[in-house]
Amino acid sequence: MTAPAAAYGKALDLITRVRGVRGAMLVSAEDGIVVAEQLMEGIKGPAVSALAASLGARLRRAMEAAGVGASVFWHLQAEQGALLVVPTPGGTLVVAVAEPDVNVGLVRLELLRAAEVVG
Amino acid sequence: MPDAIKTLSSQLAQDPDSLVFLRLGELLRQKGQLDTAHRVALTGLERHPHLPDAHDLYARILADKHDYERAFDEWDMALRIAPDHVGALKGLAFLYFKVGDVQQAAAHLEAAQRVAPNDPGVAQALALARGEAGTVAEPEPIAPAAQPMEEARVFAGLEGAQEGLLLLDASGRVLGGALKDPAGRDVTDAVAAYLAGVSQEAARTVKLLGLGKWTGLAAEGKLGHVHLAPPSSDALLLVVRDRAVPMGRLAIIAQRAALAARRWLEAHA
Repeated sequence: MTAPAAAYGKALDLITRVRGVRGAMLVSAEDGIVVAEQLMEGIKGPAVSALAASLGARLRRAMEAAGVGASVFWHLQAEQGALLVVPTPGGTLVVAVAEPDVNVGLVRLELLRAAEVVG
Repeated sequence: MPDAIKTLSSQLAQDPDSLVFLRLGELLRQKGQLDTAHRVALTGLERHPHLPDAHDLYARILADKHDYERAFDEWDMALRIAPDHVGALKGLAFLYFKVGDVQQAAAHLEAAQRVAPNDPGVAQALALARGEAGTVAEPEPIAPAAQPMEEARVFAGLEGAQEGLLLLDASGRVLGGALKDPAGRDVTDAVAAYLAGVSQEAARTVKLLGLGKWTGLAAEGKLGHVHLAPPSSDALLLVVRDRAVPMGRLAIIAQRAALAARRWLEAHA
């Protein structure tokens, strides 16, 4: 994590301003702890972050074993929404929780921009 | 002991957020009521995902159910949260010992002994591991070896059926398909082992978020893309393609493969 704390809010703003995004978080990929969050009420940030980190770790190991390299973006799709994640080189996961009809391409772009801010 | 289970169950019902699930789950495990213990531990883990003892309990139950891959992941998670967790160190040592990696088993037991020098169980296991260090048995595979069934041909006729499509059961056992890395090496078993438990974890994540059932997981890699889908509640489909295949196209390939997998699973149920 290289960015100052003030930059975290800016990074999360980039994501949450996209229509259909219900919240965003910065999560430590190593231990699943929330670093910063902007979530709508009712979303269990710490629990979701722990599971997202664990899922991301399994996915990373599987992708590396498959020879496709580390993940640069992943998107867990569900009936009523989605979890979108960009891992940063510094070991942070930039996470968005979104409505099912969100513009995935736009969220992906903002997650990547936020990941650059976070480092 | 049945009275204790009754009492603890009652306490947990009155206060679902309490940590009494740890004692209840362990008691149920000791009694061999593994399915009930599994449910108690999983529910507790959903409420306390950062509690290392919850991961440790869940891992012990999974190990008793011979689901060693997921047990490994849970003990690994407990250690990530609490690097000195004796239960997780002992659990991982047990798993390493079981697959014949005596050196790793001993290293984990030594770490456990540094934290709990008076634990007789650790000392005993360490003596055993050290005694066996010179006579390492043939490693026992954690998961049964991939046995693509001849009649299975799950993905017959589909593009990339023998190099980029894989169907797994909940414990990571290969039901069909195969996977090769860009160098042409068969990586089926390695990838399957890492994906064991992904389906359950995805389901838990979306459940926590109140998003209904999970329908797919798409991931971009630096050299290729993958798409995971659940053709049934206890199976997992993986599609791998290089970066030249757009994610949208990959999703279509995955949909077709999932349909084929679902039919095959129904036919072989």
